[in-house]
Amino acid sequence: MKAPKTHNIFNPEKECMSREALRELQNERLRKTVKLEYDNVPVYRARMDAKGIKPEDIRTVDDLRYLPFTNKTDLRDEFPFGLLASPKSEIVRIQGSSGTTGKPIVSGYTENDVEVWTEMVARALVAAGGTKDDIIQIAYGYGLFTGGLGAHQGASKIGAMTIPMSSGNTARQIMMMKDLGSTMLCCTPSYATYLGETIREMGLDPKKDLKLKSGVFGAEPWTEAMRTRLEELLDIDACDIYGLTEIAGPGVAFECLEKCGMHINEDHVIPEIIDPVTEEPLPYGASGELVFTTITKTGMPMLRYRTHDICVLHPEKCACGRTTVRMGRITGRTDDMLIIRGVNVFPSQIESVLVSVKGVAPFYMLIVDRVNSTDTLEVQVEIDENGFSDTVADLENIRNEIGEKIKSVVGISAKVTLVGAKTLPRSEGKAKRVIDNRKL
Amino acid sequence: MTIKQISVFIENKPGVMVTVTEALGKAGIDIRALSLADTQDFGILRMIATDTAKAKAVLNEVGCVTSVTDVIAAAVPDKPGAMTEILNKISETGLNIEYIYAFVSPKNKKAYIVLRIKDIDSALIALKDKGIELAEDPSII
Repeated sequence: MKAPKTHNIFNPEKECMSREALRELQNERLRKTVKLEYDNVPVYRARMDAKGIKPEDIRTVDDLRYLPFTNKTDLRDEFPFGLLASPKSEIVRIQGSSGTTGKPIVSGYTENDVEVWTEMVARALVAAGGTKDDIIQIAYGYGLFTGGLGAHQGASKIGAMTIPMSSGNTARQIMMMKDLGSTMLCCTPSYATYLGETIREMGLDPKKDLKLKSGVFGAEPWTEAMRTRLEELLDIDACDIYGLTEIAGPGVAFECLEKCGMHINEDHVIPEIIDPVTEEPLPYGASGELVFTTITKTGMPMLRYRTHDICVLHPEKCACGRTTVRMGRITGRTDDMLIIRGVNVFPSQIESVLVSVKGVAPFYMLIVDRVNSTDTLEVQVEIDENGFSDTVADLENIRNEIGEKIKSVVGISAKVTLVGAKTLPRSEGKAKRVIDNRKL
Repeated sequence: MTIKQISVFIENKPGVMVTVTEALGKAGIDIRALSLADTQDFGILRMIATDTAKAKAVLNEVGCVTSVTDVIAAAVPDKPGAMTEILNKISETGLNIEYIYAFVSPKNKKAYIVLRIKDIDSALIALKDKGIELAEDPSII
């Protein structure tokens, strides 16, 4: 059963504001945020001082271009609390995601920030047809990862019956979906596809046996072709949702049932598109790197955070009535980050694991594929003479050690394949370290 | 009282074994015995070669990962039950055998089993005590 094409809006006052009124609100909130950062975060203050900028110099959104950028490396360098703009005692939540090395990056949320984030997800769920009468099954992982708790808070906020399934255990997911009559599903699009395929294999007919009407799927990029397949498999409307821990989590932007790009919650964040090389802002309609400035967060606000996601912004008013700018699908990255089963993976994280393992050379190749709608990661690594012995057990111990360390550092399981010495490409400048065979 | 065994990491793909045998052949090294341990992804080729040090050098040169291990070669009389007798004597000592393979020495025409035992020193003492004939490098190869 597809969702009736209603255009319910969670917060019409904010989501349908005139562009002028929205701009005024953004200006005012931006000024507050810049002052908050300057007064409380030494790194921001130092960077602004170095550029000769005082908080009073930033009056409007147009002045954003004068502010320095924030990068993921800043979250690593200032780990864990260096970027907090509020006292630690005001932080009520920590969420985290992958860093570029062995350590995760974390973000601290004040009560206000959790509220802001919750409202963003609530808006997304309502845009996908959600109401208090819905039964929302959440199959994102719960934990440091923002997917599970983010969707959970949003679903509770709209008063829906919320089922915190967390990820995995497909048989149980399907049993609950059927027995409880879940009407909405929140998970990664690849897991949703896998669920759909399994449901079909079990001989179930979603039209008769299930009550699903829509789903909100995110944490990894997907395509229109995947949407078509997912909507057929589960007989639902499938909406995209976007977010990142550094900014809030899922809900930063979301699709409505018009399915024509994701509405950015512009009363909470200001999006920019920049040329990743010159770092100059680009106009609406141009493809470039997405940059966000948060304007309502108080725990760990971000000025001009570089997402490294490439997309296009569309400013035209949507048929749903929302006036917020929409972002198109993510078409690529400006760095080497991979998203595997919804988890951000940097090749440098794998490298940090390999240098800590005796018996292998720090040369590797990552092979990413999608088998039965599930992402797979194979790590090929060169064995060296120090690690090689005449017994299979010794080699399997090395392989297991690498596998366990990757699991603990990166958070996903990988198949580790040992290969001969000097068979993988050496890094002469830019060595190709990743083969992504997924056909999205 | 032990002999040298050379092991080579074998990636599970076509042509890897050829690299090994070709390199050894060109260097004039004979393979006296071999066994291949295989797993789903890789194998370990273990060999008794006529010149272990040279074998290692040429194999490293063609990019092979190798390791040299001391193994025991015990002579097995050519009659039914002879190997059981030897294995029984080893098991009486409580030592664990990692793997076994066999070959015939072209020099004295005797059959030998190659035994890989982790605690090789205890194994040698025990086997000698029990009167098992052990080969010495390079006499039999």
